[in-house]
Amino acid sequence: MALIQISEPGMSTAPHQHRLAVGIDLGTTNSLVATIRNGISVVLNDENGRAILPSVVRYNADGSTVVGELAQATQSHDPVNTIISVKRFMGRGIKDIGEISRLPYRFVDTDGMVQLRTVAGIKSPVEVSAEILSVLRVRAEATLGGELVGAVITVPAYFDDAQRQATKDAARLAGLSVLRLLNEPTAAALAYGLDNAAQGVYAVYDLGGGTFDISILRLSRGVFEVLSTNGDSALGGDDFDQRIHCWLLEKNNLSALAPQDTRLLLTQARAAKEQLTEHSETRITAVLSSGEVIDNVLTQTEFQHMSQNLVQRTLQPLRRALRDAGLGITDINGVVMVGGATRMPQVQHMVGEFFGQTPLTNLDPDKVVALGAAIQANLLAGNRSGDDWLLLDVIPLSLGIETMGGLAEKIIPRNSTIPTARAQEFTTYKDGQTAMSIHVVQGERELVSDCRSLANFELRGIPPMVAGAARIRVAFQVDADGLLSVTARETGSGIQAAIEVKPSYGLTDKEIARMLQESGQYAQDDMQARALREQQTEAAQLLEMVQRALEQDRELLNEGEFARIQTQMIALRETLQLTDHLAIKRAIVALNEATVGLAQARMDKSLMRALAGKKISELEVK
Amino acid sequence: MQPSGFDSRQNYFQLFGLAQSYRIDIARLEQDYRMLQTRIHPDKFAHLSDTEQRIAMQHATWVNEAYQTLHDPLRRARYLLTLHGVDTQEETNTAMPLDFLTAQMEWREAVVEAQQGRDIVALEKLEARMRHATREFEADLAIKLDTEKNFDAATALVRKLRFMEKLAEEIHSAYDAIES
Repeated sequence: MALIQISEPGMSTAPHQHRLAVGIDLGTTNSLVATIRNGISVVLNDENGRAILPSVVRYNADGSTVVGELAQATQSHDPVNTIISVKRFMGRGIKDIGEISRLPYRFVDTDGMVQLRTVAGIKSPVEVSAEILSVLRVRAEATLGGELVGAVITVPAYFDDAQRQATKDAARLAGLSVLRLLNEPTAAALAYGLDNAAQGVYAVYDLGGGTFDISILRLSRGVFEVLSTNGDSALGGDDFDQRIHCWLLEKNNLSALAPQDTRLLLTQARAAKEQLTEHSETRITAVLSSGEVIDNVLTQTEFQHMSQNLVQRTLQPLRRALRDAGLGITDINGVVMVGGATRMPQVQHMVGEFFGQTPLTNLDPDKVVALGAAIQANLLAGNRSGDDWLLLDVIPLSLGIETMGGLAEKIIPRNSTIPTARAQEFTTYKDGQTAMSIHVVQGERELVSDCRSLANFELRGIPPMVAGAARIRVAFQVDADGLLSVTARETGSGIQAAIEVKPSYGLTDKEIARMLQESGQYAQDDMQARALREQQTEAAQLLEMVQRALEQDRELLNEGEFARIQTQMIALRETLQLTDHLAIKRAIVALNEATVGLAQARMDKSLMRALAGKKISELEVK
Repeated sequence: MQPSGFDSRQNYFQLFGLAQSYRIDIARLEQDYRMLQTRIHPDKFAHLSDTEQRIAMQHATWVNEAYQTLHDPLRRARYLLTLHGVDTQEETNTAMPLDFLTAQMEWREAVVEAQQGRDIVALEKLEARMRHATREFEADLAIKLDTEKNFDAATALVRKLRFMEKLAEEIHSAYDAIES
């Protein structure tokens, strides 16, 4: 609790103490971690001076893993157990993955999120991603010399709820506290905008390894307001590699390659693609396991021709985003290019032609997302950043529920600014009905079967009434991470219906707990010690904040409330003498509960001050 | 989704310090909205306790809802009528003047035709005409709501604008169909 910040937003509770926080770009192909040092956003390198961590995880028979450069270098030796581009599987079911036959993995055929059978057991994409995040967390803690307060993790703007939730779960599994899930183009706009003091309307064209996003933002006096976003969460640089790969197969009359040959040719294809950024032609050579030698020359023109429709596929999201923002091409003041795949000349050419202006590439397209995420992490961790700015983002896809006849009814339309909430009333259709199920979907299509299924909610404990008499108010709330939560209440009786959530693609809390245990990341003792330290720190901070809040706003409380807070403060101080982290936690919860009224009164006071401030600014304008 | 506290007693116009009317200064609304969010958005309280963050999220949610309602002409008119105790009955009352319905049918046929002929130019012309017609309804609405206080006539116009909104959605899907 406690609102020292309220009078001076952005002011740190303890100015001398820099809280360690990082921004992580968890990419399809590469991942990076960045932080703020001496007021500047910098990417953190590994012990060999490399910033980029290839998003590649290799599982060994003894359960150990190799992550990054080394796993990538040996990927063609053990393709079945070397997972690359795992981001494409996050929050996805098996039927969502089109190219399944071309991938060297052993997929487990289950409902919900796909799983991979490896030599070290069955792995969820969440666990694979957690391996990558763990390496970056360890790198950051070693470099910065302390435990992290938290991290901002970036996600493609066009990620749906299931994909976002999977990303958040992966961070939890990696021992990271998630300060925010941040959309990649928005992160890039932040790094770019603050760096260039930009004003006006900008388009961020973000073509990564496996995802494509377009976001239209208005930058005005430090506010980064996303007007619309669109994209394709299954289109990226990987697809260009695939085109070269197919071309190689055709050229050499090859079919049904062994997994390691597929991987080898894909690696060579990617190298060729990168070569063609600077050169007009490149030579591709490889020796297959059969001994057959591949030796072809690919020209820039041929490559452009074979990948033309991939580049074209980004045009429709561009047009949609502009239409949703109610803007024309001439309204765009600048176009920012993000993602390694935007280095391809044909992409830059097409984007330049579409917008009628040369795209901006002055920040490294591989690093700009992580740099922006670090800036946001620094602010959310409570470090004073000096300048005042704010991100206002949107949800990329409409949220709705299934109604009669398998139709989707939209509750929250796409491009709604978050946080946002909507409520809808439902009623029972049978006498004495005490339960009801609600199917939550995401997408723009009319049929539920064409949308993404997010979850099934089962409401129980509705008081028995005649059909149509019960009034069940279902409220959707989307938080600043873009994540949805649903609550339901029978408004006649005021009974809060019990909700059982069955996520369609996500993991349950139980599964996460099991994975945490299995990961063996911390020995039991370590976990205890860590938990105790965390609770002690939190308790100390809470006590200090409540004390200061009481000093400032004692008059907002009556005697009873004041006494209750005092009692809980004493109780919490007592638990700090012990080493039982659960007892401390309980006392923290109790003190938090006792201060809800005070917090509410102080927040209202701050909002009133904000409104009053507005009135003053109006007077100044006139 | 209104948070508890003093603000739930205010309506959206009062929140933004605006007179309760259909004609509003959109540029000032946009500017004030951004200013307000920079002070109450949950990001400004992210390092504080769950309680404060939840309250901040409720405040920000409410300001977003207020802004979106006032920013959109149709939603603004509907909200104003609600404040005057008028239900626009857009889902239940579908009785519309015959000439309006005939015009709507002609619009829709033209959209389908443009889509089938994959004729972007025709679609753009239709969209421009539709926008023009929408603006005329909105101008009329301003007179009915602000000057004449004729809420029956305003309600009829809101229902017409709802048809126009659906038409705009159909034009958007036609663009999508042609471009894909």
